[in-house]
Amino acid sequence: MSKEGVTALYGRDTLSELALHLQAVSKTFGGLRAVDGVELAVRPGERRALIGPNGAGKTTLFNLIAGALPASAGRISLFGTDVTGMAQHRRAALGLARTFQITNLFPTLTVLDNVRLAAQARTADRFAMLRPVSGFADLQARAREALAAVGLDDRATSRVRHLSHGEQRQLEIALALAGRPRVLLLDEPTAGLSQAEAGHMTALLRGLDPAITLLIIEHDMDIALEVARHVTVLHYGRVIADGSCDAVRADPTVREIYLGA
Amino acid sequence: MTTEFWITQTFNGLSYGALLFLLASGLSLIFGVMRIVNLAHGSYFLLGGYVGLSVVWRTHSFVLALLAGAVAVALIGVGMERLFLRRLSGQTLGQVLMTIGFALIFQDLALLLWGGDPYSLPVPAPLQGVLIVGALRFPRYRLFIMLVAVVIGAALWLALDRTRAGAMIRAAVDDAEMAQGVGIRVPTISMGVFALGAALAALGGVIGGGFLGVYPGLDFEILPYAFVVVIVGGLGSLPGAMVGSLLVGLLDNFGKALFPELAYFTLFAPMALILALRPTGLFGRT
Amino acid sequence: MTSRRALLAGLGTALVAGMVAPLLSAYPLTLLTQVAVVAILAMSLDVLLGYTGLPSLGHAAYFGVAAYAVGILATDYKRGFLTCLLAGLLLATLTAALFGLIAIRASGTYFLMITLALGMVVWGLAFRWVSMTKGDNGIAGVPRPELPLPWSLAAPLPFFYLTLAAAVLAWALLGLLVRSPFGLSLMGIRESESRMRALGYNVWLHKYLAFVIAGAFAGFAGVFWAYYNGFVSPVDVQLVTSVETLLMVALGGPGTLAGPALGAAVIVFLKNFVSVYTKRWLLILGAVYIGVILFAPRGVLGAFRRERR
Repeated sequence: MSKEGVTALYGRDTLSELALHLQAVSKTFGGLRAVDGVELAVRPGERRALIGPNGAGKTTLFNLIAGALPASAGRISLFGTDVTGMAQHRRAALGLARTFQITNLFPTLTVLDNVRLAAQARTADRFAMLRPVSGFADLQARAREALAAVGLDDRATSRVRHLSHGEQRQLEIALALAGRPRVLLLDEPTAGLSQAEAGHMTALLRGLDPAITLLIIEHDMDIALEVARHVTVLHYGRVIADGSCDAVRADPTVREIYLGA
Repeated sequence: MTTEFWITQTFNGLSYGALLFLLASGLSLIFGVMRIVNLAHGSYFLLGGYVGLSVVWRTHSFVLALLAGAVAVALIGVGMERLFLRRLSGQTLGQVLMTIGFALIFQDLALLLWGGDPYSLPVPAPLQGVLIVGALRFPRYRLFIMLVAVVIGAALWLALDRTRAGAMIRAAVDDAEMAQGVGIRVPTISMGVFALGAALAALGGVIGGGFLGVYPGLDFEILPYAFVVVIVGGLGSLPGAMVGSLLVGLLDNFGKALFPELAYFTLFAPMALILALRPTGLFGRT
Repeated sequence: MTSRRALLAGLGTALVAGMVAPLLSAYPLTLLTQVAVVAILAMSLDVLLGYTGLPSLGHAAYFGVAAYAVGILATDYKRGFLTCLLAGLLLATLTAALFGLIAIRASGTYFLMITLALGMVVWGLAFRWVSMTKGDNGIAGVPRPELPLPWSLAAPLPFFYLTLAAAVLAWALLGLLVRSPFGLSLMGIRESESRMRALGYNVWLHKYLAFVIAGAFAGFAGVFWAYYNGFVSPVDVQLVTSVETLLMVALGGPGTLAGPALGAAVIVFLKNFVSVYTKRWLLILGAVYIGVILFAPRGVLGAFRRERR
């Protein structure tokens, strides 16, 4: 969305306060335009769902926002700061956290150590070399807090590879939360979960701190619309619909893609 | 530093590069198809030289030495791949470490079979002597090395580009899983490429025997050169191996001529530069 | 193994070694001394390989550079222990700092090749820079350090206690390192670099620091090696030495510190034992290598898992 469009829709002051602002962002791989001129304006505290059929470019877009991939064109801003050329770890330092569609944890380490890594990531303590990890009470507390938030406190000493798939997806979220993020990108958090597990996950997501800005990729339209108020629909790398749940549900192009597909 | 000096050194550098091409092209191809770096590659070079030596001592035939060296080492390569490396299919680092084990074994076997004295492979009469052009003297043997490298380079290029086998190899290099999926027998290709790479290294060893000599320790001494060539040129790329070997040959030669005490250090700078600019080498793929 | 158990086990081993030492004759005592020195080297490589997942085939370079520093300073310049120790450590650290800039940019296979090549650069210098290193002849006659102690370090027993103390110190410091938040970050990098980046870590920096620290400790081992051996030569920086060190870590169990120390003991004893009966040490080493890789339980190679995601 252009500056004029944002101002028109949200009011004059909102521009610099946007949690996430994408302007004409594109990504090409050889001849393929995976992401094509995407405009996105997400306000702080907003819950936004990013939906679209397989191959629509949703995860690629996440990778661009997070900095795992460099954008071919366009501008990405995080709370007013231009992060387009910024390295991944520096964007995280600005308060951006993400989860992965395919579980990406530290397999041989314990659940607690996994979260500790997340908790210490943006602190000076990560360079401490002469004191054991257990001696850092503050980090320990943050780690435990994150585990409690996702309901994994009783699994703290288990090794990740011994967790069930559902527990691993929970840990994915815990890792993202432990760093106290301002913007959280969730890539298909319910992927591979049973009905019951998905229900728990949805409740978890709905209960997250309202100050955190959430951007969720979800395959399941129903779950997406349960957690988010505002939906952006992606198709072949382009935004084809962007608005409230009802507006999107009623949009003819969206209906065609989802019902006609 | 006269003009003669520069021309002679350039010529020497190019001929050394030609020899390195024989060694490095095999290493690059093996990596391209199997994604492993064969740390026994220097050993193939050395063993080729030793086998060639023994054959020449017995038969006085340089051609036979070339053939014997290539075939013998190709067989060793095939044995290594089929009987050992294949058991760790998929564990690339394990396979790489296994090749170190073999490198040690080969080094010791060579010591056992041929002793600790350095040897020089007798050069056949037609390749001896120098070609005189004005005030410059070009050793015929070095010209021969360059010719061999050009011929082999061209043959490899054509084979990869024009033949069916070449297409299969290129497919396997590009995406082994996909290639297997369309019916290409990747394990057979791997074995074939391994044998080819070993044979090329051995060929280099026989030919190199006439001008570097054959001696214990040569295997580990020449290995870093092969590595720098493929690091500079990019693993898995034949043009990369060609460009890389010429660059390394020239740099090393000038380095040795100007700063003899620094040895490998002169390769250090180009390696650092390339890695700083293009981490996967000039033509490389990860 | 919990921190406390590891601490007790390590101290216990050192204590036992210390008590047994006076009962040993000269030869086994020198072997034990050699184990102490080499264990430091193996543990230093473990930080890089076992904990960070970076397979270096050129670790002997830092070991050797420090050994040469001591060799040259102690013979030609008649410098004392402290000067030699500091010079060795400094040189090893600077070398690692320089080499790290090149090596850490690469990953996986390229890293392996680059570290090998860099190791050979040092070997080449040791071999060819005759005016400095005396080339193939090596530097002989490195005297034992003269410390303000009532016992002469020229005698095997006091020298053993010195190296044992050094080994315990290295083990304690490295033990703290691997249990610290920084140590945890290294393990995180080993398991998933992509996740670490997403969490906000400057992965390159952590790897680089690990590389330099590992090099520094390898240098620490090198200092004591020069004094132990009394002789420094290109053999100390040759590829085979790096390869032996890697095997110690692989054999003993990467990512445990104690494992590689044990691996060091095994390889030192094996090497010395084998050398009595045959000259074919390399053949046996190679066979052991292949055997370990083929038949050892996956756990041994577990740390070599580089999950590139």
